[in-house]
Amino acid sequence: MTFRTITITAALGFILGAVALGFLPLLWLGMAQGFSRLDAYLLRVALFTLEQAFLSTFISVLLAVPIARAFARRDFAGRQFLLKIFSVPLALPAIVAILGIVGIFGNSGVFGGVFPIYGLGGIVFAHVFFNMPLAVRLLLTRLEAIPAENFRLGGQLGFSSGQVFRFIEWPQLSSAITGIAGLIFLLCTASFAVVLIIGGGPQATTLEVAIYQSLRLDFDPARASLLALAQLVTCGILVFIAGQFATEAQVFPTTLSRKARYDGKEWISTLADFLLIALGVLIVVPPLLQVVLSGIGQINFDTALLNATLTSVFIGIVSACISLMLGWVLADAAARRKKGMLRSAILLACLGSLIMPPAVIATGWFVSLSPVVDVSHFAILLVITLNALMALPFVWSPLYPAINESLQRHNRLCSSLGLSGLARLKLIEFPVLRKPMALAFVMAIIVSLGDLSAIALFGSDKLTTLPSLIFKQMGHYRMNDAAGTALVLAAFCFALITLAQKWSQSDDKA
Amino acid sequence: MIKLDAVKFRYEDMLMSFSLSVARSEFMAVIGPSGAGKSTLLSLIAGFETPVSGKISIAGIDMRDVAPDQRPVSMIFQDHNSFAHLDVWTNVALGISPRLQLNSQQKAVVDTALERVGLTPYKARKSTELSGGERQRIAIARALVRNKPILLLDEPFTALGPALRREMLDLIKGIRAEKGLTILMVTHQPEDAKYAASKVAFVEAGRITHIISTAEFFATTAPPAIADYLR
Repeated sequence: MTFRTITITAALGFILGAVALGFLPLLWLGMAQGFSRLDAYLLRVALFTLEQAFLSTFISVLLAVPIARAFARRDFAGRQFLLKIFSVPLALPAIVAILGIVGIFGNSGVFGGVFPIYGLGGIVFAHVFFNMPLAVRLLLTRLEAIPAENFRLGGQLGFSSGQVFRFIEWPQLSSAITGIAGLIFLLCTASFAVVLIIGGGPQATTLEVAIYQSLRLDFDPARASLLALAQLVTCGILVFIAGQFATEAQVFPTTLSRKARYDGKEWISTLADFLLIALGVLIVVPPLLQVVLSGIGQINFDTALLNATLTSVFIGIVSACISLMLGWVLADAAARRKKGMLRSAILLACLGSLIMPPAVIATGWFVSLSPVVDVSHFAILLVITLNALMALPFVWSPLYPAINESLQRHNRLCSSLGLSGLARLKLIEFPVLRKPMALAFVMAIIVSLGDLSAIALFGSDKLTTLPSLIFKQMGHYRMNDAAGTALVLAAFCFALITLAQKWSQSDDKA
Repeated sequence: MIKLDAVKFRYEDMLMSFSLSVARSEFMAVIGPSGAGKSTLLSLIAGFETPVSGKISIAGIDMRDVAPDQRPVSMIFQDHNSFAHLDVWTNVALGISPRLQLNSQQKAVVDTALERVGLTPYKARKSTELSGGERQRIAIARALVRNKPILLLDEPFTALGPALRREMLDLIKGIRAEKGLTILMVTHQPEDAKYAASKVAFVEAGRITHIISTAEFFATTAPPAIADYLR
């Protein structure tokens, strides 16, 4: 057994063990109860989960397609800046953004009463706020990957804007849309903080939040496991359906560096594009401004804030380290195998946390551990482990392609030179992979910093992170303190995402 | 037929200046080192790039402010000449109507063009299912149905093997003889120019330095810059 086999086995064993520890007791408990407790409440919660996720996804994608197209067609001063702003919502912890949204559209906000913020409307708006910019950015990369020759050909054949869309842009977008919609649907299904705070009572509760309520408020692990099973089945079916529609994106080798468009020169389409961009800005920017403006001057530097900050940073760094190690070992193993059981197992383990909502795994751990030990003693360990698992897909996405490329480029040369082990790590892998590794690490910290679900399930007065401190402060109607804490958390995340963007961009040039 | 009068264009920090005159039904090859501006020359004529100054006229008409689709020009690129998700027939039909509203006479024109380039058996296939040479035939068929007097070829056969290249050049030569097309062809393969073109424009550092007959271009008495390039 080589060193590599041991590390792969250990990493895979750790992840699958953790998931099994979460999943098996649920299955057992759920089976034991049978269908007797599949009552109207559960059905209503499940339906609401799907309803809000469907509406959120539909509106996000519907807005994102024309907005992404507008960005692709227009070049103007501030375009890059706006696109940077569009990357902020996803990096911003949900609870911070919600504070901003409530601050603006809540009863005492500037736009208070535009729509009822508590309930379906607010949940959908918050989800659109997070996911529309994400979809815009993903779709825009697709549009920018279209070879310039296609637009030239369209120009020569006299395509109108509509024909450019039909023959050039839409085919490129449509292959991506099912994947993007599937991702957004999953994110909305598993969304926790948004529904916890602006979902109003049993009328507007999702499975993810109902799990939390059963565990922490009703102390009913049996019901929690049934809800968790329902959540798992829902997400599993979604992923299966999305998988049926997923098609590989067309990747074109770029032959022309200059890109120009020959359509959309009429004033009416220019106006339409700028109105669309303005609409996107109107959705994204006000809540961000609200976070900054309401937080400034409200930061209450007490021990609670200091402790929460230290706890957040500690949990973030440790879980990011674990996530990065697991991700590295497994991405390397997957890159060396193009097919086979092991590769499938690795992919499942690393991308599985998107399917397995954190509350599901947490519920299972709670159920299996609480008879044996006092869970609160191990709370920090559980939070760190759960955060590390949650971050795996975000570690995987920059790391795997980089490792794969590095292997393809260097493996044969290294073998022929006899370069291996630590020397190879130092001379080849580390210099080449430094940037994607740093990016993966930062992404993992951001995931952990923004996490509310793991900390809400396992946290206590003794274990408080920045998001759970904000939640507590909101619960005590200390909105000013909450706004201050939110600004601190936002500043952390913003600094990290700026770093990450810098690294990922300089990586593009290389 | 094509006339460029001190046409200036800036790409990054390279200032190009082209003067050129191509007679009707001429087959002119454009040869020169990479990055000299050969493709840019064609893009300027096709209207994909706008000159900083100077005048481009085609058949005596000033092309300033004339959109690419209004110019009497068809251009075939090195790659991406067809839409991957559409079948061969539709890709060619787009040359007649971007709305794909064709009457029976126009449909027959598409069929004839496909027959002429030898794609009739593949007309229902997606372009991704075809080989590189077959994909370029789609572009040739579309140029046929568009029926413009000028054809611009931007290294369209570079990726093909020698025998296939010759076959494609024969096809182009045949169409030119039939329709009296004026052709400008950028190529990296001097033997292609020798085989098909009657004149050669030699482009170097953003300028056309020589326009001479193909025989002179390949003669031992060719100017030193050309001899260096060919060596």
